Amino acid sequence: MRWAIALAAILHREALRFVGQRGRFVAALVRPLVWLFVFAAGFRAALGLSITPPYQTYITYEVYIVPGLCGMILLFNGMQSSLSLVYDREMGSMRLLLTAPLPRWWLLFSKLLAGTLVSILQCAAFLAIAALWGIRAPMLGYVMVIPALLLSGMMLGALGLMLSSVIKQLENFAGVMNFVIFPMFFLSSALYPLWKMAEASPRLRDLCMLNPFTHAVELIRFALYGQVNGMAALWVTLALGLFSVAALWGYDPARGVQNRKA
Amino acid sequence: MTGLIVSHLSYAYGAKQALRDVSFDLPKGRFCALLGPNGAGKSTLFNLLTGLFTAPRGDITVAGINLGRQPRAALARMGVVFQQPTLDLDLSVRRNLLYFAALHGIAGQEAAVRADAALAQLGMAERAGEKVRGLNGGHRRRMEIARALMHRPEVLLLDEPTVGLDAASRAAITAHVHELADAGLTVLWATHLTDEVQDSDRVILLHKGAVIADDTAAALRGAEALRDTFLRLTGGTAA
Repeated sequence: MRWAIALAAILHREALRFVGQRGRFVAALVRPLVWLFVFAAGFRAALGLSITPPYQTYITYEVYIVPGLCGMILLFNGMQSSLSLVYDREMGSMRLLLTAPLPRWWLLFSKLLAGTLVSILQCAAFLAIAALWGIRAPMLGYVMVIPALLLSGMMLGALGLMLSSVIKQLENFAGVMNFVIFPMFFLSSALYPLWKMAEASPRLRDLCMLNPFTHAVELIRFALYGQVNGMAALWVTLALGLFSVAALWGYDPARGVQNRKA
Repeated sequence: MTGLIVSHLSYAYGAKQALRDVSFDLPKGRFCALLGPNGAGKSTLFNLLTGLFTAPRGDITVAGINLGRQPRAALARMGVVFQQPTLDLDLSVRRNLLYFAALHGIAGQEAAVRADAALAQLGMAERAGEKVRGLNGGHRRRMEIARALMHRPEVLLLDEPTVGLDAASRAAITAHVHELADAGLTVLWATHLTDEVQDSDRVILLHKGAVIADDTAAALRGAEALRDTFLRLTGGTAA
């Protein structure tokens, strides 16, 4: 019961902060929209896409990158919220959270879930705008994409949490952009299908296959068209487990990020 | 009745020893100033006391409960005011209080009652719906103290709680927490400002990670001002 009360309060707080910071919401939405309306429009001519699952017809490039841009929202939010937790003004509230008389893993999980739910709302807004633009998925897809976004968002949030606890050099967001977000985003199937990547370099394709973000994007892509990509789901789940364990290890009070003079 | 017992606590950041064999024993209802210059190890000690770090050696007992063995039960008996602000500036005063209560498992009617009581005690009942951003530094600190008491802890820890406040707010908060100790709360107040300490207070002087004095302020300072004693013992110059 105490656990549920704390979880509800953490979710509620995140929701209130989300409502209170409309500027942040709009800013987070602008990024994928720029990619969709500018980058994808320019690229449409350059890149022809053949029929690969889950698509059953020829698709335009805009249609192709929508799931990847959902992934981008999750990726940015996951990194941003986890890192702000440690380095920014959130330091105090993190301490408040960690001194609550509850297991640390539960507190971190609650925080992760709260951040992911906010990301899902942003994805929903993004998908709604894309739909208005004419990029629509089947109704079932909009339902099935929710658990896919949840799983992927938790995985990327856990990655951020892990990085924030174990890597001491990434103290600012620019470092994270260069060394985590860009490589993860570009070495994935978010912007181009992997068979295209393989034409350029099979080795790069292999790297993309190892990238958990690729699997998150594929999970979202298939779910959005009403299909389950079991392989991707498995990879994302494994990555979630791995990053969670590492994050908990990092937040173990006997070591890790807290264990140094701030 | 025990308040806070620390025994043989040591802690190192890699090769740098931050605390060495720190021991003290605060009885219930005592105001104790943890006095030390910057870098003495006060923050490290606070991180250990609040369970943010765990020490490889030594024990901490909060109101009779061992922090290392039963961390959650010990944390439930402890109120903490951190040096960094921990309020959500864009949420209302009331919402901040309810959030904290929920983290301690208090919800619904009970949480509302306690939040109201905390607000009444602060004389801020009419500002409950205001955003914290609108409060001045002194009010924010008072609010953090009231909030730290919502779950009725037996021990209150404050880490340099008057940093950044004006003289009047500083004096008011210092007096307020002294009253709390008189009412039976065990208080550990970390500071480097000797004017926040009263003669009857217990003083634990921390220097370079070790306790170098532990007595009442009156006994410690003798005929000189506490500030001079502090500077003499820590080898510092007037700051």
